[in-house]
Amino acid sequence: MGRYVIRRLLQMIPVFIGATLLIFLMVNVMGDPIAGLCGDRECDPATAARLRREFGLDKPVWQQYATYMGNVFTGDFGTAFNGQPVTELMGTAFPVTIRLTIIAVVFEIVIGITLGVLTGLRRGRPVDTAVLLLTLVVISVPTFVTGLLLQLLLGVKWGWIAPSVSSDARVDELILPGLVLASVSLAYVTRLTRTSIAENRRSDYVRTAIAKGLPRRRVITRHLLRNSLIPVVTFIGTDVGALMGGAIVTERIFNIHGVGYQLYQGILRQNTQTVVGFVTVLVLVFLVANLLVDLLYAVLDPRIRYA
Amino acid sequence: MPEEPYEPERAIAGTGMGGTMDLGASEAATLEKTPGGPDGTGPQDKPRSLWSDAWHDLRRNPVFLVSGLVILFLVVISVRPSLIASGNPLHCDLAKAQEGSQAGHPFGFNGQGCDVYTRTVHGARTSVLVGVLSTLGVAVLGSVLGGLAGFFGGVWDAILSRLTDIFFAIPVVLGGLVLLSVITSNTVWPVIGFIVLLGWPQISRIARGSVITAKQNDYVQAARALGANSSRLLLRHITPNAVAPVIVVATIALGTYISLEATLSFLGVGLRPPSVSWGIDISAAAPYVRNAPHALLWPSGALAITVLAFIMLGDAVRDALDPKLR
Amino acid sequence: MLLEVRDLHVEFRTRDGIAKAVNGVSYGVDAGRTLAVLGESGSGKSVTAQTVMGILDVPPGRITGGEVLFEGRDLLKLKEEERRTVRGAEMAMIFQDALSSLNPVLTVGDQLAEMFTVHRGMSRRDARARAVELMDRVRIPGARERVKQYPHQFSGGMRQRIMIAMAMALEPKLIIADEPTTALDVTVQAQVMDLLADLQREYDMGLILITHDLGVVADVADEIAVMYAGRIVETAPVHEIYKAPAHPYTRGLLDSIPRLDQKGRELYAIKGLPPSLTAIPPGCAFHPRCPLARDVCRTDEPPLYQVGDTRGSACHFWRECLHD
Repeated sequence: MGRYVIRRLLQMIPVFIGATLLIFLMVNVMGDPIAGLCGDRECDPATAARLRREFGLDKPVWQQYATYMGNVFTGDFGTAFNGQPVTELMGTAFPVTIRLTIIAVVFEIVIGITLGVLTGLRRGRPVDTAVLLLTLVVISVPTFVTGLLLQLLLGVKWGWIAPSVSSDARVDELILPGLVLASVSLAYVTRLTRTSIAENRRSDYVRTAIAKGLPRRRVITRHLLRNSLIPVVTFIGTDVGALMGGAIVTERIFNIHGVGYQLYQGILRQNTQTVVGFVTVLVLVFLVANLLVDLLYAVLDPRIRYA
Repeated sequence: MPEEPYEPERAIAGTGMGGTMDLGASEAATLEKTPGGPDGTGPQDKPRSLWSDAWHDLRRNPVFLVSGLVILFLVVISVRPSLIASGNPLHCDLAKAQEGSQAGHPFGFNGQGCDVYTRTVHGARTSVLVGVLSTLGVAVLGSVLGGLAGFFGGVWDAILSRLTDIFFAIPVVLGGLVLLSVITSNTVWPVIGFIVLLGWPQISRIARGSVITAKQNDYVQAARALGANSSRLLLRHITPNAVAPVIVVATIALGTYISLEATLSFLGVGLRPPSVSWGIDISAAAPYVRNAPHALLWPSGALAITVLAFIMLGDAVRDALDPKLR
Repeated sequence: MLLEVRDLHVEFRTRDGIAKAVNGVSYGVDAGRTLAVLGESGSGKSVTAQTVMGILDVPPGRITGGEVLFEGRDLLKLKEEERRTVRGAEMAMIFQDALSSLNPVLTVGDQLAEMFTVHRGMSRRDARARAVELMDRVRIPGARERVKQYPHQFSGGMRQRIMIAMAMALEPKLIIADEPTTALDVTVQAQVMDLLADLQREYDMGLILITHDLGVVADVADEIAVMYAGRIVETAPVHEIYKAPAHPYTRGLLDSIPRLDQKGRELYAIKGLPPSLTAIPPGCAFHPRCPLARDVCRTDEPPLYQVGDTRGSACHFWRECLHD
């Protein structure tokens, strides 16, 4: 196990470097990294030149990248467009997005798994068909449309919630955004659970459990669910990274000042350090989440042994 | 022991636009081991090819027929929008801004006073164009790279695998924002280029996997033992087996690409006005949603139906091509 | 009689229509006796057993007629909850593929102990102790340590022993073994079969042994029931059937076994394939493949004719077959 973890960590290094380098190149080659550093105005030529030297922008790109990463590993993520250190922005943005992600994951677990189990056990019945159709619609409607529609209905028409989220981003304000963020994954979790349950229901070991004379409830919870949820749990685990990166749309619709908002601002103002900094953290979260899921897999399924 | 369990789900989680997951809708309660009875083998059906069998199934599948008709309609109006909407989508009259449905303007007007019906009809072209071209690009690039890596293995395979890992690690919408924010173009090409750039790893994984599976088939081993050369093996024996899964994933992906284009346009980095795109219209309608919800609802509905149609089509094709699900 | 199946009918809904898997099967087994049910894949032997156990998948399966009398009461008339308490406690089943039949993510100890906690209300500790005892009894070396292992950590033979231990746990009166040795290596087959036979004698259980292996049957069975296309075509005490089969199908099966005393002779093979259960031929279901078939076989379904005191044959021409 220990050796496996080390090998996986080593494998993560090229992926991490590749992904961050790719973003770094995109931002650098395409945009002007010092644009926006002088507030909303254009920088005057002298300041621009000074800033370029200061940030090492006169050096080759790979050197800039190395310098940047070197700084990152000493905890210096650079400066945002408004002069704040990027780490400070992160300090305010990440808690908000993490809260939002947790709410989304809770929705996936509670609603997704419940619906999946329900339909998996009643395959071909009307409930199954209805839920299946609903998931298809949810998958098909882009998240930003779902978000706008729910905001229109619940926020504007019926006034159940405030249409946009305050800057504290309290948990109760994040419930609807969390649902919107979760929506597509929720539909996938439902389908995955359903398929998994339906497959395992026909399995030999479930037949054995029934032949042992176990009560139906025990057959389902201890034998069927325990096995069927393994792929679901791993899906939800890997989804954490994707949700945080995908929160950009949701955060924009509900005006939530989280990671997505900061990134959006950074991109609008072409602030390299904000964008690359946030993306670096997101990529790390994604990679670590994947590693944890693989380890979790070994815990859930004793047949998997990592060597 | 598998080193990276549950590959397909990983792929989806990674890209956020995947669709390899089971979208299997229609399984009747059929007995798995027929004919010949519950634990038996019986007389075999006449052998039919995978494709003719699939077509036989598809023609009878209502999901396929309905989604196919919707898509056909979309294609027709994207080629000739004037067939059903003769107006100019760029002609707007601010005096009529936010007005509701009226004679000659069934969907009303948006915040800039443009006719919502005309713009919604004309918006189909963008979506269909982006969807189809991106899918073609992704499918070609992905299957060539993935197929070759799977066939030849070794160093190239290792490099490609790491490369796909890198692309999966980048959140798609985020990548789009970064890359497209600086390109000011009114054509669909930057968006298509971006989707191909970030979409190919998904197909390449599928292609690589199915080529590796096909390579291990006994008849391919036999052909190799009989001295068939690489190119013949690849063309004659392996490609036909690897094509089906790629087509299935690509069809479903087409829907998600349309959705992605709209999302990027909504965020202001996909297509930009004066291009006509549902994403742009939805984005433009959002601030006026209190007074003119119709300007938001019509393009949203059109977008949702389009994406739904492609995903359902892919779903039906998948059911038909996957003999294991029968 | 410990168990008596009477005129059982089971069918399945399939894509190609109704598959008639079991068509009027009757058989019985006494305590301490072994009934071997013989037949090819698809003959309905497993479906009959699943119906007796009450683990048939309904739907697509459907029981359309008959009785399953266990110690005199009809199990098919019991409520599911009553039926459940019979399963595992009074009758138990052993399946063919122990690897897939054991839950891969639970330790064998958990799966064995479960029998005692659920049916007997024992504490987990006591149940665990009993699980170790059980593993000892089916001669698994190092039971105390291995009780914490998962099914995939055992060999095929050991896994099947665990299945047997699980079936034996509550000392049921009847055990149904569905091809218990088919998936095992030949050398292990005999050991597992011996174990099963020993335990059966020790606890005076009834055993229904489902198999297509005539070699296994000769050693352990008392009675034989041969099934074809969902019907019983011949029943007889085991030694008699080997001497002189009274049905051409049984004869075909016996003739297709390689025998050392007839080396060099070409092996017999029954021509044709078993019928599809959605389209069973009219008359005698075996007639398209039967060397003795005549016109009457194509039209009239043969009843199970009484042959002597102890035997039965569903062949119009059983006399010819017997004296051939």
